[in-house]
Amino acid sequence: PGRVDGLFRQGEEEVDQEVPGLRGATDRECVQKEDGCEEPNNRIKTSKYNILTFLPVNLFEQFQRVANAYFLFLLILQLIPEISSLSWFTTIVPLMVVFTITAVKDVTDDCFRHKSDNQVNNRQAEVLIDALRDDRIYLTSLFFSQADLLLLSSSEPHGLCYIETAELDGETNLKVRQALPVTSELGADIRRLAEFDGGVVCEPPNNKLDKFTGVLFWKNNRYSLNNEQMLLRGCVLRNTGWCFGMVIFAGPDTKLMQNSGRTKFKRTSIDRLMNTLVLWIFGFLVCMGIILAIGNSIWEQQVGAHFRIYLYWSEVVNSSVFSGFLTFWSYIIILNSVVPISLYVSVEVIRLGHSYFINWDRKMYYPKKDIPAEVRTTTLNEELGQVEYIFSDKTGTITQNIMTFNKCSINGKTYGKSNNYSRTKTVPVDFSFNPLADRKFQFYDHSLIESIKLGDSMVHEFFRLLSLCHTVMSEEKNAGELIYQVQSPDEGALVTAARNFGFIFKSRTPETITVEEMGKLVTYQLLAILDFNNIRKRMSVIVQTPDGQIKLYCKGADTVLFERLHPSNEELMYLTSDHLEEFAGEGLRTLALAYKSLTEEHFKEWFKILQEENTSLDSRNEHLAAAYEEIEKDMMLLGATAVEDKLQEGVTETIASLSLANIKIWVLTGDKQETAMNIGYSCHMLTDTMNEIFIVTGHTVMEVCQEVAMLVCIHKKNKEEYFVLQAHALEADLENEFVEVACMCQTVICCRVTPCQKAQVVELVKKHRKAVTLAIGDGANDISMIKSAHIGIGISGEEGMQAVLASDYSFAQFRYLKRLLFVHGRWSYFRMCKFLCYFFYKNFSFTLVHFWFGFFCGFSAQTVYDQWFITLFNIVYASLPVLAMGLFDQDVNDENSMDYAKLYEPGQLNLLFNKHTFFICIAHGVYTSFALFFIPYGAFYNTAGEDGKHIADYQSFAVTVATSLVIVVSVQIALDTSYWTAINRFFVLGSIAVYFAILFAMHSDGIFVIFPNHFPFVGNARNSLSQISVWLVILLTTVVSVMPVITFRFLKEDLNPTITDQLQKSRRKQKPLQNYIPRVYRRNSRRSAYAFSHQEGFGELITSGKNINAVKN
Amino acid sequence: MAVNYNAKEEADGHPSGVGAPGGAGKSRKPDNTAFKQQRLPAWQPILTAGTVLPAFFIIGLIFIPIGIGIFVTSNNIREYEIDYTGTDSSSPCNKCLNVSWNSTPPCTCTINFTLNQPFETNVFMYYGLSNFYQNHRRYVKSRDDSQLNGDNSSLLHPSKECEPYSTSENKPIAPCGAIANSMFNDTLELFRIDNETRIPITLNKKGIAWWTDKNVKFRNPSGNTNNLTALFQGTTKPVNWPKPVYMLDSEADNNGFINEDFIVWMRTAALPTFRKLYRLIERKNNLQPTLQAGKYSLDITYNYPVHSFDGRKRMILSTISWMGGKNPFLGIAYITVGSICFFLGVVLLVIHHKYGNRNTSADIPN
Repeated sequence: PGRVDGLFRQGEEEVDQEVPGLRGATDRECVQKEDGCEEPNNRIKTSKYNILTFLPVNLFEQFQRVANAYFLFLLILQLIPEISSLSWFTTIVPLMVVFTITAVKDVTDDCFRHKSDNQVNNRQAEVLIDALRDDRIYLTSLFFSQADLLLLSSSEPHGLCYIETAELDGETNLKVRQALPVTSELGADIRRLAEFDGGVVCEPPNNKLDKFTGVLFWKNNRYSLNNEQMLLRGCVLRNTGWCFGMVIFAGPDTKLMQNSGRTKFKRTSIDRLMNTLVLWIFGFLVCMGIILAIGNSIWEQQVGAHFRIYLYWSEVVNSSVFSGFLTFWSYIIILNSVVPISLYVSVEVIRLGHSYFINWDRKMYYPKKDIPAEVRTTTLNEELGQVEYIFSDKTGTITQNIMTFNKCSINGKTYGKSNNYSRTKTVPVDFSFNPLADRKFQFYDHSLIESIKLGDSMVHEFFRLLSLCHTVMSEEKNAGELIYQVQSPDEGALVTAARNFGFIFKSRTPETITVEEMGKLVTYQLLAILDFNNIRKRMSVIVQTPDGQIKLYCKGADTVLFERLHPSNEELMYLTSDHLEEFAGEGLRTLALAYKSLTEEHFKEWFKILQEENTSLDSRNEHLAAAYEEIEKDMMLLGATAVEDKLQEGVTETIASLSLANIKIWVLTGDKQETAMNIGYSCHMLTDTMNEIFIVTGHTVMEVCQEVAMLVCIHKKNKEEYFVLQAHALEADLENEFVEVACMCQTVICCRVTPCQKAQVVELVKKHRKAVTLAIGDGANDISMIKSAHIGIGISGEEGMQAVLASDYSFAQFRYLKRLLFVHGRWSYFRMCKFLCYFFYKNFSFTLVHFWFGFFCGFSAQTVYDQWFITLFNIVYASLPVLAMGLFDQDVNDENSMDYAKLYEPGQLNLLFNKHTFFICIAHGVYTSFALFFIPYGAFYNTAGEDGKHIADYQSFAVTVATSLVIVVSVQIALDTSYWTAINRFFVLGSIAVYFAILFAMHSDGIFVIFPNHFPFVGNARNSLSQISVWLVILLTTVVSVMPVITFRFLKEDLNPTITDQLQKSRRKQKPLQNYIPRVYRRNSRRSAYAFSHQEGFGELITSGKNINAVKN
Repeated sequence: MAVNYNAKEEADGHPSGVGAPGGAGKSRKPDNTAFKQQRLPAWQPILTAGTVLPAFFIIGLIFIPIGIGIFVTSNNIREYEIDYTGTDSSSPCNKCLNVSWNSTPPCTCTINFTLNQPFETNVFMYYGLSNFYQNHRRYVKSRDDSQLNGDNSSLLHPSKECEPYSTSENKPIAPCGAIANSMFNDTLELFRIDNETRIPITLNKKGIAWWTDKNVKFRNPSGNTNNLTALFQGTTKPVNWPKPVYMLDSEADNNGFINEDFIVWMRTAALPTFRKLYRLIERKNNLQPTLQAGKYSLDITYNYPVHSFDGRKRMILSTISWMGGKNPFLGIAYITVGSICFFLGVVLLVIHHKYGNRNTSADIPN
């Protein structure tokens, strides 16, 4: 760190000098960018408001919502005296409440966004400042690159630079970038770098991660640029002290951002349904308005015209048709509460509450990194309960991206116990005897270390091989602090294992490898590296020991290696083969190891051939391979290694339960097919018990077409299949077939997909299946799919923040997904559906009473209730109990939700709230309103109260109906609530109490004396509610409204109980046996670690000596 | 430099991956409260046969007796109703059918009727109107409660809600509005005919309005004087009225806005067919019924035209029970609902026994 800091300061000083010549590069670069010239800005901004703009912008936004605009329109209507059937306050009070709540929510949301923006933007602030000032970035190791850079020079010789691109494409192996020789000469010379005034002409910003074309103009020369010189935003510098780069693309123009897809406003399916329903209700409202308006016209003609002696009607509106027209608008005003103003805001509040519950869930908190689950989009919760497709990233999401040396088989004997499977406490091997041991490494078999100490030559040879045969680079920073720069994590695991067991790879030069063998430094002459490639599936080194022996060490895929063994090895081979099978069964990646002693003459002879082949011009690679083949034969088997690609905790169980819930899991990864399939096996998405695995590997459109067509045929017959396909399949124009085939499969694994293709896959499923999709990932390469899926989830903690920032939910471990979906999602969906049903029911019962009354008041748009009651009903009397239900209700507890995957089904099938249930709710509401109006009508028709005075006057009637309504909806919510917390009780009883309190207050003498015109109901509450018959009416109305509901529900639960009903009835506490998740699936297909993450080319790099910075160390 | 610090932390924290939680910052672990973990203690009622069926039976068993009680009570109420609109040409009031407001002299008619049964308790005399839309929106709002509450400024400047009944001859109308303007103004007098002599029956005109209306809602304008004529100075009578509001009655506590007939009229009816209390006939002693069986005659001063809009006018004599006036609806409704509940209870019981799913958790699929 010390060195880094020092250099860093230098960088800052350099910026301060402001060399004028520098602008040239920037200007030229800007020419090709369309905008951003004035403000080269790499800041990410997602927040919407600041303090000044909040009020106008927020109000403007709110009025843009159709619903709010509609209410504004209503408000204007109410100001026209001829039409106004309600006072202005009945609309403005709820509207103000709604606006205030929305505004408060927006403010908190935006504060949150400001906070996270700042967090991101302040990351590596120094580098950013640097970048904006003069477009050259100085990066140190392990920094995320923040812009697309042209590599100018680096700390490594030849301008080499190692990067990891896991955030970009999910590949975990190291990649090499090399600066142009002309620029790499600049080195760390700040002055010369500052004077660098080259200009770049390049392609416009695009999303192709593996291509770049451009030309560098510098000192009157042209240098062509390609991807080899590019450090893309999101890649991490590894094993490289520092590097200098020139910014090519910044901010939104970077390839990463170009790949991240558009941010779309996400809506849940319930939202869309709700909007449709609101439109329908609106249509219904207009219909009612028309019916009543026609009624009014007829009434005016038949009755009203003659009634004018008592009810003067000004000449202007003397026509009955015109009167009907006015009445239409009047009725629109009073019936508008069927399109409930508080619906949207209540839904938002409930979602916000659910979001907080997710944030607060301790069972989704990851203590190791202190990361709680976090909801970043609060409007999607109920959709979590409806997920049908999960698209998952592999690296970092399903796996931890950590390889560990887990087991080995040496000379026919297996070593190593897995800590995961034998639950008994095993003490890890103590490596304290070895000062250079990696402390994180753990091994659970003491017999291996015993063998080493006893000097078993085969074991020694085994680890010697591991310490020699690789392409790892080492760096010893301080004494005893050895750092390996690995090209693939598998290899790193193996070399680290050898290191811990006392065969410490110390350093290498192009010609030598230095190893500390059991405390003794040994330097081997490196004679040749027979590099890995995908066809060979093995690599070998030929070394000469200090005592002159020449040995070939080879490691590779068992299938390949076993063919090249000496016949004397047959017995050992079978034994090892059995062990390999065992390892493979546990999902481990295996490698076989072998060696061979060579005579000097043999080697020299072969080496001559090799060098000839090396210089041959045509088909050099084939010739080389043949030469390699020549020497890699008759080898002696040493044993095999098993490396575990560690899955995240609980992944297997999570995937198993998700599949039980009919959720289809697709793995989309940029990694290789072998790696992807291996992970598929180790998390039991793929098992050998399944009949068929289809692998679409065709590279051209034609091939893919054929393969897919074949699949479609086969699929008609079989049921359980897996489907593995490579990215090329996606490029073919086969959308329909692809979706058809893929959706029939239980598991789909797409490998070699670019970030954009990930999004395409998601879009395809979204388009062709009307299903809810969820994408989960952790890296920047997942952003596009996270954004395009209905729900995007970011795994936080491993690879930077970009995926999390783009996501809707984030948590630290894949296994929390189960709880998020099964508990929170399910509850949210359940609550939201109940809430909506009740809400529509409530508003229809409340409003349609006016409709019935219309037939008895000359269609005059007279309201049944007091205006104050209309104002307050939806926001005070009937809002809190249903909110409490929407927030707290639980049909079954979280443990049951987790245990019974079947409980998740209603959400997927959209059973709880759909058009059908909506109509039932509406019918229920209509029925209730009918009862609410006609029972008092019958009871008070032409009669008097118990004191002989008024009972059928308008005001008493209003009070009776209103009281009945409040009680009926309260009883109904009581019936609907299945989880009565203290809060529910308080709200339900409180609402009734508040109703009566407000009723008596508004009907009190005091308030009338102050505002006689606004509270004309003085004395009504006590006069009406003291009458027995009023209470008899209320009781009858309640029973009549509720009885059918109870009957239907009882019949449904009794005759056709759902799982929920059964669980509620039994409410059994004990957890069911989780026997449906078999611990270990046997499988017989072995997978070689070598195929997974290796890239060829490193051997050459080593022998050429380019990457050895021996000079410095 | 705060910025610097943040960046370092991030850079340092990254390779190891573990940003030590035990550091200075407090843990972000959510609190373990029942509320936040959604484990609030709760009561979880469910509909089972054990609760629903008894509930139905109990409702049935309670409602049927209540219904019978109400029905019997309602049937025991004595009620006599006369339609005196006079649409029938044989009716004595037929001559007044097309009467107009303020016709002088007023048209009077007399209707004789016979009560077959005595009215034992206090008798309430109502006038009833049919097809009269007192609940029409424009009618309902056409009043000024402030004025009626005795507010002096509203008295002289009636609310615009009263339009077009707020001014007449450039003077403010008191009381303003369509309701007041259309006040029922027939006079009904009741006589018992005992051996061809007409014995007037005392009709009590006070105590027919709600106490709150009389004492709180309606008040005469205030001033230095008790003279209503002076207090209503500067206002004019409603167009249809024959005399101003301060001449509604001779008694001071029943005159002006606090005239009970006026107050009763001002409490608008909910439905187009309604009755309003007109007079009380109090029982004088326990020996005699309030109204004996026998012949009676009703003298009507017919001022109120309803024929033009097919309205009907009725005079109703009624006794009252604990649950109000005569109305069979509530009793029948209670009996019906109670029976349905009971019947449903039986049906559900049968269904539950025959087809009901009474198994427990034995076969809950995972």
